[in-house]
Amino acid sequence: MLVLGPLGFAAPWVLSALIALPVLWLILRAMPPAPRLVAFPGVALLRGLIDRTPVARRTPWWLLLLRMMAVAALILAFSGPVWKPVLQPPDSGPLLVVMDAGWAAAPDWAARQTRAERVLSGAAAQGRPTALLLGDGLTDPGPLRFASADTLLAGLRAAQPVSWQTTLPDDPQAALADAPDGALSTLWIADGLDHPNRAGWLAALSDRGPVTVVPPARALRALSLHGGDTPSLTLVATDDAAPAILAIGPDPQGVERDLARLVPGQGSLDNGIATRPVAIDLPPELRNRVTRFQIEGETHAGAVVLADDRVKRRKVGLVGDPDRQAEGQQLLSPLYYLRRALAPTTDLVEGGLGDVLNAAPDVIIVADQVEMAEIGELAEWVDEGGLLIRFAGPRMAAYDRLIDEPLLPVMLRQGGRDIGGALSWGDPRGLAPFAGDGIFAGLTASADVLVRAQLMAQPAPDLSDRTIAALSDKTPLVTRERLGQGQVVLFHVTANAEWSNLPISGLFVEMLDRLIATARASPSDEASDDRDQPFWTPRIVLDGFGRASPAEDVAPVPASDLALGPGPDRPAGIYAAGDRRVALNAGGALTPAAWPGAIVESRALASGRDLQGLLLAAAALILALDALGSAALARGGRLAAMLMIALAGLPSPRVAAQELDPELIRAADEVALAYVVTGDDEVDQTSYEGLRGLSLALRQRTSVEPGAPVAIDLDSADLSVLTFLYWPVTADQPSPSPQAYMRLNHFLRSGGMILFDTRDGDVAGVGGPDMSDALRRLAAPLEVPPLAPVPDDHVMTRSFYLLGDLPGRWRGNPVWVEAPPAGAEAAEGVPFRQLNDGVSPVVIGANSWAEAWAIDDNGYPSFPIGRGWEGERQRELAFRFGINLMMYVLTGNYKSDQVHVPALLDRLRVEEELGP
Amino acid sequence: MTSSPADSPVELRARSEAASAHLPGLVLSAERLAALVAPGAHGLRRAGPGEDFWQYRPASHGDTARSIDWRRSARSDAQFVRDREAQTAQAAGLWVSAGQGMDYSGAPDRPTKGARARLLALALGMVLLRGGEKVGLLGQPARAGRAQADRLAQGLIAAPRAQDDSDAPSAATLRPNMRLVILSDFLSDPGWVQALLARAGTLGVRGVLMQVLDPDEENFPFAGAVVFRSLTGRLRHDSRDAAGLREAYLTRLAERRDWLRAQASGAGWHFGHHATDHAPAVALSWLYQVLEG
Repeated sequence: MLVLGPLGFAAPWVLSALIALPVLWLILRAMPPAPRLVAFPGVALLRGLIDRTPVARRTPWWLLLLRMMAVAALILAFSGPVWKPVLQPPDSGPLLVVMDAGWAAAPDWAARQTRAERVLSGAAAQGRPTALLLGDGLTDPGPLRFASADTLLAGLRAAQPVSWQTTLPDDPQAALADAPDGALSTLWIADGLDHPNRAGWLAALSDRGPVTVVPPARALRALSLHGGDTPSLTLVATDDAAPAILAIGPDPQGVERDLARLVPGQGSLDNGIATRPVAIDLPPELRNRVTRFQIEGETHAGAVVLADDRVKRRKVGLVGDPDRQAEGQQLLSPLYYLRRALAPTTDLVEGGLGDVLNAAPDVIIVADQVEMAEIGELAEWVDEGGLLIRFAGPRMAAYDRLIDEPLLPVMLRQGGRDIGGALSWGDPRGLAPFAGDGIFAGLTASADVLVRAQLMAQPAPDLSDRTIAALSDKTPLVTRERLGQGQVVLFHVTANAEWSNLPISGLFVEMLDRLIATARASPSDEASDDRDQPFWTPRIVLDGFGRASPAEDVAPVPASDLALGPGPDRPAGIYAAGDRRVALNAGGALTPAAWPGAIVESRALASGRDLQGLLLAAAALILALDALGSAALARGGRLAAMLMIALAGLPSPRVAAQELDPELIRAADEVALAYVVTGDDEVDQTSYEGLRGLSLALRQRTSVEPGAPVAIDLDSADLSVLTFLYWPVTADQPSPSPQAYMRLNHFLRSGGMILFDTRDGDVAGVGGPDMSDALRRLAAPLEVPPLAPVPDDHVMTRSFYLLGDLPGRWRGNPVWVEAPPAGAEAAEGVPFRQLNDGVSPVVIGANSWAEAWAIDDNGYPSFPIGRGWEGERQRELAFRFGINLMMYVLTGNYKSDQVHVPALLDRLRVEEELGP
Repeated sequence: MTSSPADSPVELRARSEAASAHLPGLVLSAERLAALVAPGAHGLRRAGPGEDFWQYRPASHGDTARSIDWRRSARSDAQFVRDREAQTAQAAGLWVSAGQGMDYSGAPDRPTKGARARLLALALGMVLLRGGEKVGLLGQPARAGRAQADRLAQGLIAAPRAQDDSDAPSAATLRPNMRLVILSDFLSDPGWVQALLARAGTLGVRGVLMQVLDPDEENFPFAGAVVFRSLTGRLRHDSRDAAGLREAYLTRLAERRDWLRAQASGAGWHFGHHATDHAPAVALSWLYQVLEG
């Protein structure tokens, strides 16, 4: 390769052709432009004359220059010019290519592969013994095998990044034991992150020879999740950009899509790493749906945070008296109200306290229970961070050792207080406004909420601190105390409507939501220790690009390993144990790698830019200009000016508005009926004649006045302006292109209708050619709703004429339209059901309607129908069907809506009577 | 009707009607031209039927008694017959080349050679008609009277274009003692001129050869690399130096004219040439004088 400054030439010998340019100059100069063409009657006198001085006109200098430039550009292009070429040192000896294959390498994996492939190809050409070390942690830890480089290419091409960080074998010396003698040059295609064995390997490789490091091309960003009371995300990046975080999950229809975009907050820059907190500020309904968070525009496992129990719905255990069986008495059960309030936003677990504790809930709600058996375990659970919400009740009020009851935020007085009862003085109390800085801040203490009875707290100095909601007389309604890492909350009223109407107010739901939101999600590792779940089973695993796939061939992971983060035997993904699910996410803090003693390749130099294409394009452009110039010379100034104007118009990429077929414009203008061109001339002619006959009938009998029918080639025509398409089905009809089907589906969705006609009405009873296969083949890609034979009360049977049968040339075959909704019933006094709100997008039948409608150029029917008067009657009915169909297409269920006419008339009559 | 090998009379009429869209202009301009030339007395300088006295001659056998001028005869013994100068109108034939080369015009503001030639022919025909001559297109019957002018105009316009660059009159259509006016560009092979003139000599037909040329054909204002193509495209001439051909071309043109002039004078005909950028009146009066003489 020849290198001149920043330019390199792969085939410098081609440049020697530039010597020929001066010669070319002379030749081109002598080559005249095309002669003028002159019409001249006196040619006869010129015949045989010889140019006395045949001195050619000189090519103008600018044309000459253009041609020379074109030739020079071609020569330069074929000499393989490269801008700032990569110079591979022509060293020999063994070569080791180390490829980081962790998730951080995923974003530009293809470029890395290309780079490695280039190096390997070069090494193969030079015959250097080469080894490839993939840092995916999956290679077997034996010594590296140095071999011919082209044997490694297959392995390189098959390599994929993994969803954990780059993992190199532990012992560099052992791995390099088989390295051939001589200085081992190393190319390290790095992902930019530090990883455990990197420093050791770097030292070992540096000892053996030069190490060249290819740093990553782009900034790295990673996302991680912080659990805790309010889980939040953290975005770390090696640049200052703050891309949005997408919250992805199934929408209410179950379709996976972006549910929300989270905007990272202000970050801090530390040592080149920008860290930004991302609050998960989503409504509970939305948040519970999120299955993953992903950095927008990043495709690697580190940019994905799979949502697990920490982000998910809180699991709430309900403990109380079992429901009474009778339906009416359910309303007396406290659990009923709790269930109604919590079910939309949380997962509920019900049962005895022991069962509930086994389910590892985030919140336990205990309604009016004392002397609970597993009180010790419960206390332990609260101490570890559980949120216990207790409700008072008659049982608690009647409990004689209430003062000793553990797990209460305040000491309670035995016996409750009745306010506003039959035997008490006061009125039921309302709520005091919530404290502005408390947990319920912002909620409105509704005046409708009245408390008739409550449990009273023993006066204590810290009582007011523990009170988070109070009645208007400052007596506590809700108290809270932190116990260990958890908290205990007591509602001093019942969870049913017995003591207060709070549980039947919306405020109750909001208060519970607030409380539960403070519950810490159950920490997985702690919970896993004391439960009998030593292994976690992978459910969903991520690959290095952050794509999720079902877990296959991945062994269950011991709970202890899970805390170590993703690794070779535990890819990032969702792991489940029992009911609990925990996500193993790849992203985390970024530690940039440092490369002491290695040659770090500058990114700008890393890839030379191939100029060949550019030069070839330039040559083509110059030649085009040359053609224009020559034309201008030959044709004179006016043409040249025109061409220049045309040239000026050329670069504008704007394309004129899409040209519509004038035939289609006419069709839209005249409501012309359209038919699909099948390629069978006879069928097409019949379609044309049939629609012409129907158009004529419509013109004569209705206010629809269609123009001449339009032939539609599905592969090219724009259907958007059509309303009705007649599609005769033939056996050997080619299927339209996928684009055509897209247009057809759009046509159907936007209110168009296709009348499929298999034309094979079995009139003789001997069974004709059955087109159902062809129909199935043609219509399969269409979005056709469920079909049913036209019911008797379908609006198509009365949109213009009242019809019983829908005959064409044949009769008695069922005609299929969109099925009516299940369970549609006729309204009283109306002889038909309200069906098909909208127009059936397809009508399918076999009656060969076009043949019944067809009229020839003289206005006579083209095909005979039946025999004599009967046949003519059938033709008439076929026309009536066509008219009904067109009315149905054009007016929809308008006729169906006419059932309301009597009611409207009635109303008018009443208004008339009431009016003056 | 040699010059109208039309498929059917209906078609011919239809084409005439289409062509006569601009007929009035042609007629008018022709009339204006014709008015410039005073039709002079135009005796045939021999005895024959006519108005004017020509001579007294002794009666001979065959003269009827009615033809004897008794007043002159009374003065002497012999009987004399009073001859009048023959004034029988002469038949004149007009022929305009219908070759495609005649459709050439070097500049958009000049008429084509064919248009100019037809204009000259019609104007001359009108002058002759006003002089009492019988005029007709060559091959068609010559008639007198004003109505013949319309027929002439129609015939000129309706004449079909020849397939070739040039066109030649058929010598077989000549009639004895007629006057013939040939309007053409004489650029192609003029061999037919010799044949025509020879035949005319035997029939006593005299006439005029009029060469109508475009100024571009007279001056040859071309230069540079030019491909010359005849209007039908049958003839081509490639030139790399058109300006260098000018001398040779003009020499050949002059040679052609000399040849034509020699042929014409040899047969007692006249030869003239006209450029379409000159006023047609000049050519018309020349024609008139030549025919009169």
